[in-house]
Amino acid sequence: MRFITLCVRTLAVSESNFISAAEHAGETFVLNLGPQHPATHGVLRVKLTMDGEYITRAEPVPGYIHRMHEKMGENRNYAQFLPNTSRIDYLSAMHYTHAFVGVVERAAKLEVPPRAEYIRVITSELNRISSHLVWFGAFLLDLGGFTPLLYAFDDREKILDLLEGITGSRLTYCYYRFGGVCNDIDDEFIRGTRAFLEEMRPRLKLYRELVTDNIILRKRLIDIGPISAELCRKYGATGPVIRGAGVPYDVRRSEPYSVYPELDFVVPTHAEGDCMARYLVRMEEMGQSLRIIEQALDRLPEGPVLGKAPKTVKLPPGDYCYAVEAARGRFMVRVISDGKEIPYRVKLRAPSFSNLSLFEEASQGMMLPDALAVMGSLDLVIPDIDR
Amino acid sequence: MKHSPRQIIDGFWSLLTGMRITLGQFFKPTVTVQYPHESLKMPTRFRGHIVFVRDPETGKSLCIACKACEKACPSDCIVVDGIKREGEKRKSVTDFKLDFTKCSLCGSCVEVCPTDALEFSRAYNLASVSKEQFHCIDLVKRLEQE
Ligand code: SF4
Ligand code: SF4
Repeated sequence: MRFITLCVRTLAVSESNFISAAEHAGETFVLNLGPQHPATHGVLRVKLTMDGEYITRAEPVPGYIHRMHEKMGENRNYAQFLPNTSRIDYLSAMHYTHAFVGVVERAAKLEVPPRAEYIRVITSELNRISSHLVWFGAFLLDLGGFTPLLYAFDDREKILDLLEGITGSRLTYCYYRFGGVCNDIDDEFIRGTRAFLEEMRPRLKLYRELVTDNIILRKRLIDIGPISAELCRKYGATGPVIRGAGVPYDVRRSEPYSVYPELDFVVPTHAEGDCMARYLVRMEEMGQSLRIIEQALDRLPEGPVLGKAPKTVKLPPGDYCYAVEAARGRFMVRVISDGKEIPYRVKLRAPSFSNLSLFEEASQGMMLPDALAVMGSLDLVIPDIDR
Repeated sequence: MKHSPRQIIDGFWSLLTGMRITLGQFFKPTVTVQYPHESLKMPTRFRGHIVFVRDPETGKSLCIACKACEKACPSDCIVVDGIKREGEKRKSVTDFKLDFTKCSLCGSCVEVCPTDALEFSRAYNLASVSKEQFHCIDLVKRLEQE
């Protein structure tokens, strides 16, 4: 099986050399993938130069939903920028807010009560599972399987209900505050989360049986779209993309933040680097997130959830960074302060942007349906790319 | 490409597993809520647009028109005005307009209010054909009408 695909790939590669000649001879055509395309999940446009079924060049054209988040950061105070962070990548709002409150807490040296840190970890990991579930459904939709989406959204709905109960919103949470979180979690949430943990484990098994072991999926993903660790380094790809290339890079471990060092979890990696590896990394991550939530619930200390924070936050002049592991990879906020109420500069390092950048090189000489599988396996969120 | 017998068996097995799981789900209870006919109750912390809290004693708003919410709002959705009536210690609100088209439901206004005069409503069936309906929600009038 592997041998056959290898042959096909060698063929494709040798053909890709030939293709440039075809391009030269004007025998190629341009195909617009997007800006409105079901497989780009938003408004991303990829300009594909095609030679028949094969891609000779893929040029991503981002920017269709650029909302100037970085610029908005420069004209409002720190607290006012907080709701923006959850709109950058709407699927992992908790992580993004975490990075922003993290950078302010680090710069202003604010204490965060331990209970708040645990609550942050619990909600962040719930958010990670819900984000991966959306990816799972949408990715399989790209590949032509409709049913898994309905299973995934059934589970995701439970997470959204839980988070809605404590934060008040279902997607763009604005729950973290400088120095803690805005509401304490109640018994209902804890009970609900424990019940969810119980329900989710058999569901992950169900996904494995129904989807992961399915021969159609395996044939669509195994040995398709190899992305090497070298390529990831070149473009700064992080998250499940680099872990799917065998590099155990996870911000929760390599630059520990919050209470992650106290928790026991493994960073799943797969060395193959193909679409299947990235798929498996995300599926295993959901299991690990369940483990993290369980431990955090067991250790949840009593106490306040919001530490002391000044009414108007002013950071001492300087340059501050804080990175978190969002669902799509490393998200970092860099704030440059000149001592005023309003930041001088807010730089957002979004994982999807780097993950998209490698698509051009990775999709060279690939068949179009395979390229869509690669794009799906990168788990792009377009507002995150454009910011 | 010729298929090996192994692949054919694998294919059949995948099919059977899929069928088994689908059939199992068939007998599980329905999770869908038939929305317009039945609707869910919103949790107590649900964030709808902001509304005034009624003072249980006077039946009026608790707002003292301090404009803290106006300043805190990241999107400039709030315009407050108030006057100081004679014989009263604090100012009272005469005008409170919310531009809900710009509101991000962040909750800054609710948190910053010194008298806890604001809360989130549980209204979520918010749809309209004209933007005027949300452009300028008059909270003072709303409280009077309730
Ligand atoms: S919820 Fe936020 S955006 Fe909406 S009015 Fe209040 S402060 Fe402004
Ligand atoms: S912060 Fe509260 S009291 Fe002050 S103007 Fe706003 S609603 Fe009124």
